[in-house]
Amino acid sequence: MEIVKRPHVQNFIDWSADKPEVVVLTADLTNSSEVGKWRDTYPDRFFPMKMAEQNMMGFAAGMAREGFHPWIHTFAVFIYRRPFDQMAMSIAYPNLPVRFVAFLPGITTPGGVTHQAIEDLSVMRATPNMTIVETGDATEVESVLDVAHAVDGPVYIRMLRGEVPRLFPKDEPMRLDQVRVLSEGDDVTVFTAGITTEEAMRATAPLAAAGVGMTHIHVSTHKPFNDPLILESIRRARHGVVTLENHTIIGGLGSAVAEVMAENAIGKRLIRLGLKDTYAHGASRQYLMKEYGLDAPALVRGIEELLGRRTGVSEADLEAVRIEAVHSLAKAEAL
Amino acid sequence: MSEWHESVQSIADGIRRRVLEHVLANNGGYMSQACSSAEMFAMLYGRVMRLGESIAPLEPRRFHGVPGPGIPFMTGGDYNGPKGPEYDRFIFSPAHYALVLYATLIEVGRLAESGLDHFNEDGSTVEMIGAEHSPGVETTTGSLGQALSQAGGIALARKLRGDTGKVWVMMSDGEFQEGQTWEAIEQIARFELDNLRVIVDANGQQCDGCVDEVETADPLTNRIRAFGASAIESNGHELDALDEAMTMDTGKPHFVIARTDPVRGLPLFGDRAPLLHYLRFTSPEERDQYRAAYEEMVS
Repeated sequence: MEIVKRPHVQNFIDWSADKPEVVVLTADLTNSSEVGKWRDTYPDRFFPMKMAEQNMMGFAAGMAREGFHPWIHTFAVFIYRRPFDQMAMSIAYPNLPVRFVAFLPGITTPGGVTHQAIEDLSVMRATPNMTIVETGDATEVESVLDVAHAVDGPVYIRMLRGEVPRLFPKDEPMRLDQVRVLSEGDDVTVFTAGITTEEAMRATAPLAAAGVGMTHIHVSTHKPFNDPLILESIRRARHGVVTLENHTIIGGLGSAVAEVMAENAIGKRLIRLGLKDTYAHGASRQYLMKEYGLDAPALVRGIEELLGRRTGVSEADLEAVRIEAVHSLAKAEAL
Repeated sequence: MSEWHESVQSIADGIRRRVLEHVLANNGGYMSQACSSAEMFAMLYGRVMRLGESIAPLEPRRFHGVPGPGIPFMTGGDYNGPKGPEYDRFIFSPAHYALVLYATLIEVGRLAESGLDHFNEDGSTVEMIGAEHSPGVETTTGSLGQALSQAGGIALARKLRGDTGKVWVMMSDGEFQEGQTWEAIEQIARFELDNLRVIVDANGQQCDGCVDEVETADPLTNRIRAFGASAIESNGHELDALDEAMTMDTGKPHFVIARTDPVRGLPLFGDRAPLLHYLRFTSPEERDQYRAAYEEMVS
């Protein structure tokens, strides 16, 4: 698997070259949000707002009203937690074209509870006018810019940084409200997004070898959530549906799938894997994914529960875990 | 008294009169806000702000939906004239002063007299707490302390574009209790947004009663200066003092702390102190007293 180092850095610089309306606002996390080089390239379009996120939301709103496209770069938690009222009233209500590039989704950081955005999808899904997308690989990190740029209103982007795998071909960019079908089968349907897609992909071949037909759907748009393939994929699952998300199971992907199933009277089981109404703590991504059941083995167990039988797939059958170093030149600090 | 003094004072008197008229007719309203801020609104609209003619209908529009994708944008800012590089902009922070703003717009001919008939009426844009579809209102700031940051973004954008017009913000003193206000002051000072001017109604009043005197007296100007902006205190009812304070050039974002009397022009209301945030009559007798005060005001 190709691992791309810091795909956002140069891509965002190149993409911004012919878009003078694009400005960047940060809150003292410039390098940690991979826009240090962007700042040096476009100093006149870069605005350091210091550690003052509430004010940053208002400034972004004001600039957006005047025709600019502010791209706020910071950690996800500092977008939807601390300044929620400002984000909602100053930006979401007037439907302004502000883009939130939200780093450290879920348990992707050892920074602990204060840095782990585990309920951002719940909060943002409940925010009217908000479009929500999530990047799952380098191709999506690169192509999410065009997706967000085309939206008439605010966009929240769950962003990956550092060492990012390329799971999807470069010529198959992210498209708004379009899922990707990564495998097909009629026994179970699995929905993943962001970093959990890589986990499910590790389970695809062993499950197929064990005779389990799995439809695997990768979701990159959480809102809107209307792609007809979502419902079709749910309908074909003989034994039920599993969602695997880097987020609390309340209000995120699992809930979105549950809403589709309930509204369409699909009487099938749904197993929601993710953080089970709990906060997490500071530890490596791999450790936390195992501890909270967000990894490939957890998915296999979930599928076995739906099937009512063991598949025989063991942890050893699942591909070697890709270990991402906590200390890496691809990150500004160990967070 | 010069011609401009007469005209501005007449706007201020008209604001108080219209608001009291409304409070009498509806048995309630934000009266003290009109008493304290009438002169500053009159100065803004009658003297210092450079605005074009209103491009909005005199009769207020009906509410046609919240902003969203594909929904035509409706802004109450068009009552303040067209946006243009040379024009000033008005950003209204304490949205519960909406009645005062509407009365001002009527006084300066930007809103029909009958506009207030639609105040707080279902389906109307003349809402009790103004939002960005309400006459004269450009941003949604009913959650207090949010306007200054938005005005900062507008002022920054205008500076980047080379506009010569100013951005005026009207705030209330209670909003200096919000942390966001201080984040904003620090940032507008750091960005040297000298096209931004803020007038503060320091009436010493908030919902639960008196704003702490320590917060609103001279230390407020000192605190603003310490954050890097310019600040001056002024009598909020004396037109010459306001004129000087509002129009001085300091080369920095500039705050005028207008010290005001929340019962100015309606001394009877002082009996209610310290709870002056909202006036509702408790008996027919009390209402008659206020009606008598109104008769005196119009005579």
